[in-house]
Amino acid sequence: MTKIIPLTGDQAAAEAMRQINPDVVAAYPITPQTEIVMTFSQFVADGLVDTELIQVESEHSAMSACVGASASGVRVMTATSSQGLALMWEIVYIASSMRLPIVMAVVNRALSGPINIHCDHSDTMGARDSGWIQIYCENAQEVYEMMILAPRIAEHPDILLPVMVCQDGFITSHATEGVKIIDDKDVKNFIGEYIPKDPILDIKNPVTYGPLDLQDYYFEHKRQQAEAVKNAIVKIPEILKEFNKLVGKEYGFIEKYRMEDAEIAIVCLSSTCGTARVVIDELREKNVKAGMIKIRFFRPFPAEEIVNTCRNLKALAVLDRAESFSGRGGPVYNDIRSALYQSVNIPVVNYIYGLGGRDIDKNHINIVFNDLIEISKTGKIKKLIDYLGVRD
Amino acid sequence: MATIKELSAIPERLVSGHRLCAGCGASIAVRQIFLGTKDPIVAGSATGCLEVATTIYPYTAWNVPFIHNAFENVAATMSGIETAYRALKKKGKIKENIKFIAFGGDGGTYDIGIQSLSGMLERGHNILYVCYDNEAYMNTGIQRSGATPYGASTTTAPAGKVLPGKLQLKKDLTAIAVAHKIPYAAQATIFYWKDLVNKATKALSVEGPSFINVLSPCPRGWRFPQEKTLEISKLAVETGVWPLIEIENGTWRFTYKPAQKKPVVEWLKAQGRFKHLFDEKNKHLIEEIQKKVDEHLNYLEKLCSATAV
Repeated sequence: MTKIIPLTGDQAAAEAMRQINPDVVAAYPITPQTEIVMTFSQFVADGLVDTELIQVESEHSAMSACVGASASGVRVMTATSSQGLALMWEIVYIASSMRLPIVMAVVNRALSGPINIHCDHSDTMGARDSGWIQIYCENAQEVYEMMILAPRIAEHPDILLPVMVCQDGFITSHATEGVKIIDDKDVKNFIGEYIPKDPILDIKNPVTYGPLDLQDYYFEHKRQQAEAVKNAIVKIPEILKEFNKLVGKEYGFIEKYRMEDAEIAIVCLSSTCGTARVVIDELREKNVKAGMIKIRFFRPFPAEEIVNTCRNLKALAVLDRAESFSGRGGPVYNDIRSALYQSVNIPVVNYIYGLGGRDIDKNHINIVFNDLIEISKTGKIKKLIDYLGVRD
Repeated sequence: MATIKELSAIPERLVSGHRLCAGCGASIAVRQIFLGTKDPIVAGSATGCLEVATTIYPYTAWNVPFIHNAFENVAATMSGIETAYRALKKKGKIKENIKFIAFGGDGGTYDIGIQSLSGMLERGHNILYVCYDNEAYMNTGIQRSGATPYGASTTTAPAGKVLPGKLQLKKDLTAIAVAHKIPYAAQATIFYWKDLVNKATKALSVEGPSFINVLSPCPRGWRFPQEKTLEISKLAVETGVWPLIEIENGTWRFTYKPAQKKPVVEWLKAQGRFKHLFDEKNKHLIEEIQKKVDEHLNYLEKLCSATAV
C-alpha cells in the first residue's frame, strides 16, 4: 500500500537509506546534511536497519572508510555537504577510480570562504570531473526516489561508478513535504542483492586494491573509467524504464517542461526548477512560448538529449548556482554551450544566481525570460554572462 | 611462542619480487608481523615506500588481500573493511576469522595520518595498526617528519652552517596511542624478531584496536651500509634510544632491557645523518641527546612501576 508521509529532504534521503538497508554507512555531521546522519543513526539505534554505522572523525575518513567497506563487497552509503565534500576531495576521486559503487547524498551548500551554510552548487559542481554520477533533485520526493534508484545505477556491472544524489541545502533539505513512499519490499526487490566483483574479503582469492599505476597502465585505466561513464549513458535509461514502472513516473536524464513548441527556454537544476515552472505557466497564459530543460543527470552529461531539445529554440538561458571563476560563465553554461556548438546555432546566455543561499524568486526568472524575448526578437545579446539578484 | 623452525614453516605473505631497497627494514617488519598469526589476514598500507615498492601494477608482492587508498587514511580505510567484515559476519556470509592489519610509515602515522589513526583507535575497531618508523619521509627523499629525532639531518631540516639538523624532539606516538586506552600497544624493532613476533601475536589476539611501533632502519635515509640494518636495529635498543616496551591494558613494561646500556654516541656515530654532531661546534648536542634518552628511560621506568599490577 502506498503511503504519503511528511518528510524534509534530509529525512527523505534517510528514509530511502532505511529501505535500502546498506551494510555499512560511514558519515560525519555537517550542516545542512546533519539531519540525514541523525535520522539514520536513530534507525540504527532502533534496530530498523542491519547497517553497521561508522561514526568517523572527519569526512576524509568517512569517504576513506566507504572505500574500504565498498572494496569489501558490501553496499555502502554516506552523506555530506560543502566543506565535507571538499575535505573528502582526494578520496572522492579514488572511490570512482577504484570503481566502487558508493552512494552519497549531498546537500548542496556554498563553499567557504567566506563561510556560509546556505545553498548553492559550488560544492558538487567542483566535483563534476571526479568520475561520480551526479543527480540533482528538485524536491524531497525526487530525493527519495533518486536515492532508491542510485544503487542500481552504481552497481550495474557495466557502470560500477559511485553516485551523488544532490538536493538544495535548507530549501529542500529542511522543508517538509508530503513524500509518497514505496513499499519496503518493492524497494528491496528493485535494488536486489549486490553481487560484488573481486571483494577484498575473499581471502581465498587475494587481490591488491590501489596499486601504483605508472606510465605503462594508468592511461588505460583512466580510459576504462571514461568508458564506464559512456556505458552509463546507455544503461541508465534501461534502469529508469524499470524504475519508472515502480514509481509511475517518466524520469529521464532531463525533464522537458512545456518544451514541445517552446521558442525560448531556460536550463536549471534542483529546487529552482519549481519556481521556474510557475513563471513558465504564467508566461504561457500570456502566449509566451516559454519552456524549461531541467537537468537531472549532470554526470554523465546528457548532451545529445539537450541538443535535440534545443533544435527549435530561438534563444536559451542557462542558470548556474555556482561560479566557475573562469571569467566565462558557470559550469552548466559551459557544458551546454559546448554541446550546442556546431549542432544548434542559437544565442545562449548565462545567469549566475543564488550564491550562498541568496533567494531566487519569480521576478528573477521573469527578468531572464524578458531578456530571452528581447534576444529572440532582435537576435542581439546585451550581456552574455550576467548575475541575478546581486548588488553590483 | 613458536620456534624459529615453526615460524619458517608459515607461508610468506609478503613475497619476494618487490622493489624495496636492499637492507630496508620495512619488509622485514611486515614479514615478522605476519608471523604473529596463522589466521587469514587482510592488510592495508598508507602511501609510502612499502606501498609503492610492493604494488607496481601489474605486479603485487602481497599474497594476502591488500588495499592502498591514500597517504593519511589507512586507519580509516581499514576501519571500513573491518566494519564490512562485521556486517557480513553478522549475516553469516563470512565464516573465517580474519585479522586486519594496517601499515603506515612514520609520515603516514605520526604526521598526516594521526587523525585517522586516532579515530580508528577511539572507535575500537578490531585492527592492528603497525607503524614502520624509519624516522623521516623516505619515499619522497628523506624529509623531516614528526618522528625524526632531535639533531638528525634530513633534506628539509638539513645540518648547515647555522642549524644542526632537526631542532625538535621526536613525537612520542606510542604514548599517544596508549592514551586512547586501547588493550595493547608496543614498541619493537626487527633485530629482536622473537620480541616482535610475540608482540604481533599478542596484538592480534586482543579484542579491539592494537598498535605496534616498529623502528625500521633505512640505509638510505640514515646513511649506513645496507648490510648493517639489523646491527643498527640492535644498537637502537642497546643504547636505550628505542626501548622495547609493551602496554597491556594500561600496564607498562619493558619486554627486554640490555644488561649493559651502551652510550648514545655509538648509535649516533654509526649513521651519517648524525655526522655533523661530531663537529666541534655541535658536540654539546651529543650530551644533550644522551640526557634526553636517559630522561625518557627514567620516565618509562616510573610508568612501569606506577602501572604495575
